Amino acid sequence: MDLSYGPKYEAFREEVRAFLRTHGHKSPKTTKLKAPELLDWQALLIENGYAARTIPKEYGGYGAEPDILKSRIIAEEFAAAQVSSGMGGQGISMLVPTLLEMGTEAQKREFIPPTIRGEMVWCQGYSEPGAGSDLASLRTAGKLDGDHWVVNGQKIWTSTAHLADWIFCLVRTEPDAPKHKGISFLLFRMDTPGIEIRPLVDMTMNRNFNEVFFTDVRVPKDQMVGARGQGWQVANSILGFERDSLGDPNATLGRLNRLLALMQEETVDGARVIDNGALRDRAMRIQGRVMAMRFNELRVLSAKVNGRNDAQLARLIGKLQGTELRHALEQLGIDAMGEVGTSYADNPYLRDGGSWQYHFMFFLGLIIGGGTSQIQKNIISERGLGMPREPKLAKEQK
Amino acid sequence: MEFGLSEEQTLLVDTVNRFLDDASPLDRVRKFAADPNDTDIWQGLVDIGISGLLVSEDAGGTGLRHVEAALVAEALGNHVTPSPYLGSAVVLPSVLNATDPGATLLGELAAGKVRCGLALSGATGARAGTAVVARNGRLTGKVAFVLDYPASVYLVADAAGSLHLVDANASGLSHRRLTTVDASRPVGEIVLADSPATCLSNDPEVLARALDVARVMLAADTLGAAQNMLDQAVAYALQREQFDRPIATFQAVKHMCAEMAADLEPCRAFVWYAAHALDELPDEARLTACHLKAHIAEVGQFVSKTATEVHGGMGFTDLVGLHYWFKRIGLNRQVLGTPEWLRDEAARLQGLVA
Repeated sequence: MDLSYGPKYEAFREEVRAFLRTHGHKSPKTTKLKAPELLDWQALLIENGYAARTIPKEYGGYGAEPDILKSRIIAEEFAAAQVSSGMGGQGISMLVPTLLEMGTEAQKREFIPPTIRGEMVWCQGYSEPGAGSDLASLRTAGKLDGDHWVVNGQKIWTSTAHLADWIFCLVRTEPDAPKHKGISFLLFRMDTPGIEIRPLVDMTMNRNFNEVFFTDVRVPKDQMVGARGQGWQVANSILGFERDSLGDPNATLGRLNRLLALMQEETVDGARVIDNGALRDRAMRIQGRVMAMRFNELRVLSAKVNGRNDAQLARLIGKLQGTELRHALEQLGIDAMGEVGTSYADNPYLRDGGSWQYHFMFFLGLIIGGGTSQIQKNIISERGLGMPREPKLAKEQK
Repeated sequence: MEFGLSEEQTLLVDTVNRFLDDASPLDRVRKFAADPNDTDIWQGLVDIGISGLLVSEDAGGTGLRHVEAALVAEALGNHVTPSPYLGSAVVLPSVLNATDPGATLLGELAAGKVRCGLALSGATGARAGTAVVARNGRLTGKVAFVLDYPASVYLVADAAGSLHLVDANASGLSHRRLTTVDASRPVGEIVLADSPATCLSNDPEVLARALDVARVMLAADTLGAAQNMLDQAVAYALQREQFDRPIATFQAVKHMCAEMAADLEPCRAFVWYAAHALDELPDEARLTACHLKAHIAEVGQFVSKTATEVHGGMGFTDLVGLHYWFKRIGLNRQVLGTPEWLRDEAARLQGLVA
């Protein structure tokens, strides 16, 4: 066991800190997409290798060799300095890695540079009203008409659809093929005629999602990633990226520390909340769970760094445990405040900007999104424990 | 950076598991339950060097560290193995390494000539009528729920936080076995009446450290036992058929198993980290040990109940014998700090208690 990163990496950490000392003050205050200060900051990060770090230079990235520990150090130091780590979003986190893997040379050159610079914003068109956990049953249809695919159907849970320039979208182009082999991965502009976006307000009362309707949307034939019918394969490589990042134990640790501070600040009849034995016990129980997940994540990280494959089960459980734990933590923050904990929006009793109720609900959303907890349990039991799939109902058997 | 088992550690685990597969199958554990004086398993562990794990090479041991000790504890829990490992191979050697590294006793422990019982329960909240007072090198009082009973020496914590070693044949010492649910590890009671003792340390820190070590080992034992129950549950579900198919194809059963795995797998990294902290991270060791034992007690309870349920009615029977693991996990939970008290201690360590 060696938990140190070693001198080479500590020297790198010093480089990152020096950058943050010199430039940290330029970190944007706004999160408004395409705001000039945001684009400038992103450009500075790419130039110094703190964003788009491993994207090849010819596609506008920094071109470094992948190094998990360096990426980790950058994340740790930016978080500690409370400085923006640059743009995220589904284009950067999901589409770009996929294009690098599956895209043509022309697609890489056209789409990757503006996407990582933050000038081209993407949304993801996967889920449909009738295709959630069973995503491969999706029905949005693409029919070839000359040089164009003509797309008809509906997508749901589409984050940032109203802000996006482009969409990467799963469309059924081979209606006679088995369901996993009839899907193609299309890219098209969100201002193409025939696209209607309706906001979908969620329980936090925010417009985090949209419904998107396609009526005879014409997409140039070559705007497809992978071959016809390969879309499921393309999409699955992306979902792998998505699941890994939900319920990160290091973010949960920061939140736990805030919870413990809150419980020392808040009082009931003049007594600190932390001095209530029952609530304190719940906080300590959560702390033990956070420790378990942090060390689990450390094990997964070490396995990645050292190319070991003996932490597969440890990795499979991350999304399930991470999101459930975070939800329970936020619940305790609310319980610690009692009736004050119900405050929301403009309530003058609001604590921490209303983040406890917001995250309590938001993480319930994450328990469901990105593969529900029930789907995670199927995956854990099948891939982690070697248990069989549930047999299909007779009418589905062919 | 490496947070995983080395080749040497993996080899150690494989060696111990191979030995225990042969020496400690359930039938053998049942035989021990009926006749606890049967000590050939422990002698076998002594023969492969387990008793000298923490003892320096100079004194006849292998000079390994607490991570390796935890890996062996896990293997023993996995096989519900009867053995005085905790006291004789881990806690007493660990204490002596810190207080008296030249002690000849270390060599005797490594050689398996001395068996140490742990009379520490007074230090984790003395229950009614138990307490030990030291005066002029002599001990008087009573300790119940002594682990690794019967032994040739007892490590005793007194009411003032000092640690003493008492010979089992010391004058004024009487003892008796206490029946508990867990037949794989006998516990006892010792009564001391002005019994001569050797004081190992008056430093409460030494006692606290002994508890840290014992708690991490008990947690590792639970990890192994719970993993075995999960493995048995999955194997049973794959083989047991109802409604014309293996019950492992039912989502309800799969989800029970997935929930066990999801709770249990992080405990493996937790045990590694806590054991590593005992040697390398002194600032974190105590808090980590408290949280580990509390957390794994909760997970262990969930896994032992759920794995039994997956077996249906057979899980409830002595025939299948799952209850040996169930009870092992149950005893580990109750001794040397239950979850609520451990979490209280964790809060105190962080200055969260007024």
